Amino acid sequence: MTRAPLGDASVWLVVLAASAGTFAIRLSFIALFGRLERVPPRLELALQYVPAAVLTALVAPRLVYLDGALALGAGNERLLAGLVAAVVAWRTESLLWTIVVGMAALWTLTWLPVG
Amino acid sequence: MSGSATGSGEPRAAFRAGVRDVLPALPANVPFGIIAGVATVGAGFDPAQATAFAGMLFAGAAQVAAVELVDQRAPVVVVVATALVVNLRYLMYSASLGAHFRDLSTRWKLVVAFFLLDVTYALSVGRFEGREDADPTGEGRWYYLGTALPLWGTWIAASLVGIVFGARVPAGWQLDFAIPLLFMGLLFPALDGGPSYVAAGAAGVLAVAGFGLPFNVGILAAAVGGILAGVLAEVSLR
Repeated sequence: MTRAPLGDASVWLVVLAASAGTFAIRLSFIALFGRLERVPPRLELALQYVPAAVLTALVAPRLVYLDGALALGAGNERLLAGLVAAVVAWRTESLLWTIVVGMAALWTLTWLPVG
Repeated sequence: MSGSATGSGEPRAAFRAGVRDVLPALPANVPFGIIAGVATVGAGFDPAQATAFAGMLFAGAAQVAAVELVDQRAPVVVVVATALVVNLRYLMYSASLGAHFRDLSTRWKLVVAFFLLDVTYALSVGRFEGREDADPTGEGRWYYLGTALPLWGTWIAASLVGIVFGARVPAGWQLDFAIPLLFMGLLFPALDGGPSYVAAGAAGVLAVAGFGLPFNVGILAAAVGGILAGVLAEVSLR
């Protein structure tokens, strides 16, 4: 077992605070209705772009950084495998196929004897 | 608990209809749960913490983002804020479903909110908006519960598999790479039209540029910047 980088109490704090905060987000308008007829249009506009922005922010650094350094060349197997997976994700919009093809591409690139 | 006026036996039938409708959505959650479980114990959570996180947060993408930051020793505040930004989309669902569930009791509203997810939202709204005789306050709440409970059970079961076996996955398998792949699979359906590409592009560039920022605030800042870029693009295109 690895040792927790954060203390036990801090990990529990993360679990409880993230869960409680997420519950508050989910409850927000369900609880507010009755006092509020509709979502403020400006908020609605901003929320539209949450998935695209959040997911890209989560993906991009994992593909272009190798051991903490920027690696945009063909030596970065994760970038290449990620590009293959991106094409699959774009064409199929299937979670399962994206993961299967992306992992297979990474393993192939990693285990191929590089000349 | 007052039943709906449309007859007895309704709650049970509605619950069953919810279960039936959610079945096709369950398989995709199995690998997701396993991967999230592996990542969570990999970041040093003990099994109890990891199980509690899966069951109470009930949001895979946010959980994975949070445990990765824990693994990088980010401050608790940044970890929690990042998880909440990832979950901001639930505000939209809350607004849309809240209109239908307006007349529910407080207790039921708490239940509905806890299980609010992409899938439970989409199925219920489809049912309520597509039918004249839809009765969200009566049988509709049972339908919702019928979609939610199998998902929650599947999520926890898959998470437990990842938590139990996570410590034994050989590093050579590079299973951690499944996480960006998973997010990629979620990303492409979310891209629709110009401004969403601007939001994604800006967020990606900012996340790469902000990789070394103090306190690991890079992802948080990139997400917020991407959302703002999307709004600006939308407003300027009008």
